[in-house]
Amino acid sequence: MAVKRSDGRAFDEVREMSAKVGVIPNADGSALFAFGNTIAIAAVYGPRQLHPQHMQNPLKGYLRVNYDLMSFSVYDRKRPGPSRRSSEISKVTEWALSPAIYLEQFPNSVIDVQIYILQADAGTRTAGINAASMALAHAGIPMKSLVCSVAIGKLDQDLIVDLTKEEEDFEEGEGATDFPVAVLANTNEFSLLQMDGKLPPERLNEVLELALKVTPKIFEVQKNALKACVGGKDE
Amino acid sequence: MTEGIKEEIQTRAKERKVVVPGEVVVSGDEYLPGEYTRREGENILAIKFGLADISGRVVKIIPLFGAFIPRKNNVVIGRVTDITYAGWLVDIDSALSAFLPLEEAPRYVNRSEMDAYLDIGDVIAAKIWSAKSKSVDLSMKGRGLGKLEDGFIFRIIPSRVPRVIGKEGTMVNLIKDKTGCKIIVGQNGWIWVKGKDMDSEIKARKAIEFVADNVSINGLTEKVEEWFEKYDGS
Repeated sequence: MAVKRSDGRAFDEVREMSAKVGVIPNADGSALFAFGNTIAIAAVYGPRQLHPQHMQNPLKGYLRVNYDLMSFSVYDRKRPGPSRRSSEISKVTEWALSPAIYLEQFPNSVIDVQIYILQADAGTRTAGINAASMALAHAGIPMKSLVCSVAIGKLDQDLIVDLTKEEEDFEEGEGATDFPVAVLANTNEFSLLQMDGKLPPERLNEVLELALKVTPKIFEVQKNALKACVGGKDE
Repeated sequence: MTEGIKEEIQTRAKERKVVVPGEVVVSGDEYLPGEYTRREGENILAIKFGLADISGRVVKIIPLFGAFIPRKNNVVIGRVTDITYAGWLVDIDSALSAFLPLEEAPRYVNRSEMDAYLDIGDVIAAKIWSAKSKSVDLSMKGRGLGKLEDGFIFRIIPSRVPRVIGKEGTMVNLIKDKTGCKIIVGQNGWIWVKGKDMDSEIKARKAIEFVADNVSINGLTEKVEEWFEKYDGS
């Protein structure tokens, strides 16, 4: 590792994580997840009847995700309401979460997931996915496993884990690269791979291995938060 | 089965562990996956968030949260949302709305006077006599079923209903005895309480909510008795 990170973290060290389950009393399930200064909350409603009716599928339930930044979450006020960016992230979050859920158990129904970013410092979609998967478990949705997500990035040629906004904007050398990844916990199955930047194809495996190395730590945080909400003991 | 395994099963059965989806509940070929679990190689994994229950060789998960999934013979409490030519549509707080056919009303109802018998907004206790993936059908024929008048209804998390009812109704009977209220607990988490005065109704509601908030405690019945003593003392 040639470069030192500005906050003194090791290249494979995520920011301090915190998680809490049951933050929204009116939702069927809810959770908060934070990577350092990035804070996401997620609420799950349903399964409930899907409207409009023509979208109902008698074979399979529908997972509907809505992701958005709160207008005060970034330095320049974000105009409230959906944007091109938020609809894209909603869609990829949907795809990242649905392989983990037994959707075939909810014909004609919808599971609504709302993700809001309270404070943004890069890695918002990954924090959102982590929060949403905890909220889904909290809502009693049957799942293969929790989904753990983390962003892998690049400082010049060095791979690093969980970028901050500052690192994401580091343009020197090969230029900024952001590579968000989601993994079904305790498996080697990836449900989200996105890339913004440059990465030689032969280094892809390196990225995935790095992701598999840190996601168990995220799973631990999610698991402990879920157990804490019923007063179960942490192991 | 060897003595060692037997002992291990017994000790594990005593401490009900909280598990999250994807977590290994137990590993070993001698265990069988039950409700809300799946097998992956040697391990048995949870697919729902809840308490792991190991009885004998069968491992199952008792969910702690989650929406109501209609099953046959469940008694539910619902609210009439629409009147059609053949019966009533009832909201039972699940993904599917339920249908109560005209013939399943406990007495003969003239088609032109359906709203006089059950109007939109009325609350009923009914039994599910068929639950398919597309529809849920209700019946009001049976003891304790029918239109609910006076009293009030409130909601708890549906997966906690079994603890509120208790083994063969012990818990709900205890609360009925201590408060003198009529109580109907719907499997969908809606609970109807009617007592002689407001105070006893509130007492019953608080007792039920105490049970619902403490489902993971062992020996809950004694705890509820203690709770009543404390409540009556204050």
